[in-house]
This record gives sequence, structure tokens and C-alpha cells, in this order.
Amino acid sequence: MSYTIKQISIFAENKPGRLASIAEVLEAENINIRAFSIAEASGFGVVRALVDRPEMAHQRLTELGYVVSTTDVIGVKMRDKPGGLREIAKMLGNAGINIEYAYAYSGRPAAVLVLRVDHVDEAIKVILASNGNLVEEKELA
Amino acid sequence: MSKADLEAMQYKLLKTLVYKLYSFSEFYHARMKAANVHPDDIRSLDDVSKLPFMYKKDLRDNYPDKLFVGSQDDLVRYHVSSGTTGKPTVVGYTQRDLDNWAESVARGLTSVGLGRRDVMQVSYGYGLFTGGLGLHYGAERIGATVVPASVGNTERQIELIQDLRVTAIACTPSYMVHMAEVAQKMGVDIHKDTLLRTAILGAEPWSEKMRIRIQEATGIKAYDIYGTSELSGPLFTECSEQNGIHIWGDLAYVEVIDPETGERLGPGEKGELVMTMLQKEALPMIRYRIGDVTSYDDGTCPCGRSHVRISRITGRVDDMLIIRGINVFPSQVEYSLMTIPDLGEHFQIVVERKGALDTMLVRVELKTAAFSDKLDDLINLKNKVAHVLRNNLNVAVDVELVSPGTLTRFEGKAKRVIDRREL
Repeated sequence: MSYTIKQISIFAENKPGRLASIAEVLEAENINIRAFSIAEASGFGVVRALVDRPEMAHQRLTELGYVVSTTDVIGVKMRDKPGGLREIAKMLGNAGINIEYAYAYSGRPAAVLVLRVDHVDEAIKVILASNGNLVEEKELA
Repeated sequence: MSKADLEAMQYKLLKTLVYKLYSFSEFYHARMKAANVHPDDIRSLDDVSKLPFMYKKDLRDNYPDKLFVGSQDDLVRYHVSSGTTGKPTVVGYTQRDLDNWAESVARGLTSVGLGRRDVMQVSYGYGLFTGGLGLHYGAERIGATVVPASVGNTERQIELIQDLRVTAIACTPSYMVHMAEVAQKMGVDIHKDTLLRTAILGAEPWSEKMRIRIQEATGIKAYDIYGTSELSGPLFTECSEQNGIHIWGDLAYVEVIDPETGERLGPGEKGELVMTMLQKEALPMIRYRIGDVTSYDDGTCPCGRSHVRISRITGRVDDMLIIRGINVFPSQVEYSLMTIPDLGEHFQIVVERKGALDTMLVRVELKTAAFSDKLDDLINLKNKVAHVLRNNLNVAVDVELVSPGTLTRFEGKAKRVIDRREL
């Protein structure tokens, strides 16, 4: 069972229309975006997305000249209730695992916190051992 | 020859030249009058700075031969350089001019270790262009055997290199790269299958990076050669040290100036090259502003020669920008960016004026392999680029990282600067 999820990251100049053009590429390939976030620095940003077919998204965007990389992240199902985030953050904090960045969505299959951590395998172990629920890659398809 | 002896000789030659031109050249006479300088005012070599500059425009304005000195009977050759803008320029030579030209090239070839046993293929164009004949006579002067291949038909050229046991070649750096590629396609390993070990490359700007690429791909040692038709043609080369081009002091006097103020710069300072040809007869050149950017080094070279060296030409003065009072050359930006492996080769400079202050933005393409999902890495890279540029240019620069392929590509001369200042 694989709990690591392939996230695609795309380098984007901070300019009107950049996000639209990236989204258009995915749309044309009929790739569905499950979750995404934009991290912004001065003048440029990184678009990160979980999509149903990450390999295809990577290939198409690269062919069109975008700078794309793939990163292993994990998705943790949260209780969609007050305290849901705390439970998971605490689990990792107690185990000494650092969250590099995170974003969340509330919907299918549950409220999900997408995490990029410094030690992926360690984090998976810790969460499973603490009876946490991880999203499987196939659940995104 | 010691530096002092060399300078004493230069002073004598300069003095003679100035007296001669004041008397025999209408152009120089008028120019000196206008600058209120008389030959008697030249009392030391440094007094050269009292003399007026001469420009490419002067040659164009006096097309074809109004600047020539002496009788038509003494002329033995013309060369004509194609002007990419405006009229071409015509240069003329007396027999002594041709002798000095060949002598200058011969000394350069000797200084890289070539001699009677060498076979030199001259793959510069022969004709109105000075490259072919310039190297031809220089190589003959040292007793080398010349293969006057000229340009074109690269496969044939490679066959000649093999069959005639060619040891040295003279051509443009880009033709050398092309030749190496064609050789590879033909299944010829230049290092194993030929005796070619030396290349004299010039007539177009090239970089240290390109030298390393050529040397590593072919096992050939590549030397820079410098000259322009106004000065005679290709004249001066690097020596075996490959660290600066020796300008023979008995033939030419070198200055490097600030292109804005015309003031002379010291050793190591980057500016516009100004040449005074001390022995040229048919078309004299005093303080000729070539428009090439370089710096000079007047220390004795490890090869033992005391003749001043100039660094590789890094650009044209026409490209120079002045940002908050500091001279910035796009070539410096290019050089700085080249030192950072995470960046692509394409860049763009955007200059604007915000309020009273000039701002310079360098947009540079990121290499795909360098892309990190982590914002910190990208910010660090951006800061590093800004830091390197700041250090090399002495002016603060904004940096923008852009995706590969987003900046405009140029087929010919790249237009990398967008100046939006309204002055």
C-alpha cells in the first residue's frame, strides 16, 4: 500500500494569466486537480497540485516548456471538526518531524491535510502507529 | 626589452609620427589645430593624451581614401571591410605596412610556439577581408607551410588537415566549433587522427567557456587573436600563457579610456580600447577609438615579454549602459551569470528610471534541472544571482527568475538590453 503521493510543482512567474495557462494545459488533458496551493515569493511562485494523473501532467507541462518537478507528499485524513488539525500536527510534533509546508482541502474522501515533511517514511509510520488515516494515492484517481 | 627602453622607443616613434602627420595630413593637421595642440607639445609618452581621438565615423566620412597619406604610387594593396551599418571602410597599405603586419602576426605565432616545421591551414576568408591574407603572410614569415584553405567546404578542409599533416589552424572560433562537429560526424577524431594541436581564433567575440569547450573537445590549444582592418587586420595574439593579448609596443601604443569622459584608465580597469599605430604609413591611426571593451596589464608576462597585454575583448562600447553613474556592460552580466550553474544561457536587462533613480533588472532563465519545489531554494538562488551581479558590476541589480524558453531568442546579434529610461 502506497501512502506517498506524487505532487507536481510548477515554477510560475507572478504574472496575470500564468495560473490560467497552467490550468488550461491540465484541462486539455482531462486531468483533474484534487488539491492545490500557490506559494509566493517576490516576482515568482510555485504552484503545487495533487492531480489524478501526475505523470501525464508532468510530461505535458514539461513538453510545453514549464519547469516542473515531482515531490513526495502525504495526505492525512482529518476529522472535519474543531481539533482535527491539532491531532495530526501534534502527532508529528511529538515525533520530531518537521512540516515544510502544508495545505488542506475539505471534501473527498474527507478533510485532508496535505503535508510536505522532512522525513516522509518516518511520518507515515508515526501517523499509522497513532491510528491516523492516510490517503492512498489511488483514492485521488 | 625593458619597459623603460620600450617606452623610450615608443616616445620617439610617436614624436616622429605626430610631426609627419601635422605636416602631411590635412585631416590630422586640422584636428590638431582644433584641439589646440602642436607637435612641440608632445614632450613625453603621456602627452599622447593631448592628441584628439579618431573615430570610425572619420573613416566613413572620408570614404574611400581621403585619410590616406602619401602618394598613390606607394600603395600596394587595399582591403575593404563591410560595414554592417553605413558605408564600408577602405584601408590601404604601403609595402612597409604589409611587412609590419606580417611581422606582427609572425611574432604572435612564434609566441605560441609555432615555427618552420608547422603546417598552418588558414581558414579565414581570403579577399577584401583582412583575415585570410593577414594570417597567410604572418605564417609564411615564420617559415611555416601555409594551406590557404579559406572558408567553406568543411569536409574537404578536414581531409586536407589529415592529408597535409596540418599542425595549426587559423579561423573564427565558431568555425572551429563547426569543424569539430563535422569531423565527429565524419568519424575523424581530431586528437587521434590528425596532428592539429594549435588554433589561432578571432575575428568575432568568444568566451573563455568556449575556449575550454574547444580545447576539451579537440585537444587543440586555442589562442585568441585580435585586430581590425583599420589597424591593418589581425595583428596581435596571446602567447603560450593564454592570458592576455600582447600588443607589440614598437607597432602600437595602447590606452584604455572611460568611454564617457575620455579619461585614461589604469591597469585592470575595464573601458574602451584606444590604439595609436606608431609605424603605419598609408593610413595612419592616432588615438583610434575602436569601440571594443577591454582592460590592459602592463606587468611583465610570465612568458618574459614586457609588451602590454590586453584582456579578451568583452563587448562593444555601443552596448554600454550607465546605471547610477556606473558603466555596466552586458558582457559583464553575461559573464557573472555564467558562473552560476543553475541558470540558463538567456538573459535580458531592463533599465528603468524610477523617480531620479535608475533601476536595472536582470531577467534570467532558470535551468529545469535546478528547479526546487522549495521556495527557499529559489529565493536563495535569486539572492545569489543578485549578490554575484552586485559584486561584479558594483551596482545593485534586481533579479527575476523566469521559466526556460520565455526570453526572446535571437538569430543574429542578440538584443539583450531594454532601456526604458526617458532622459
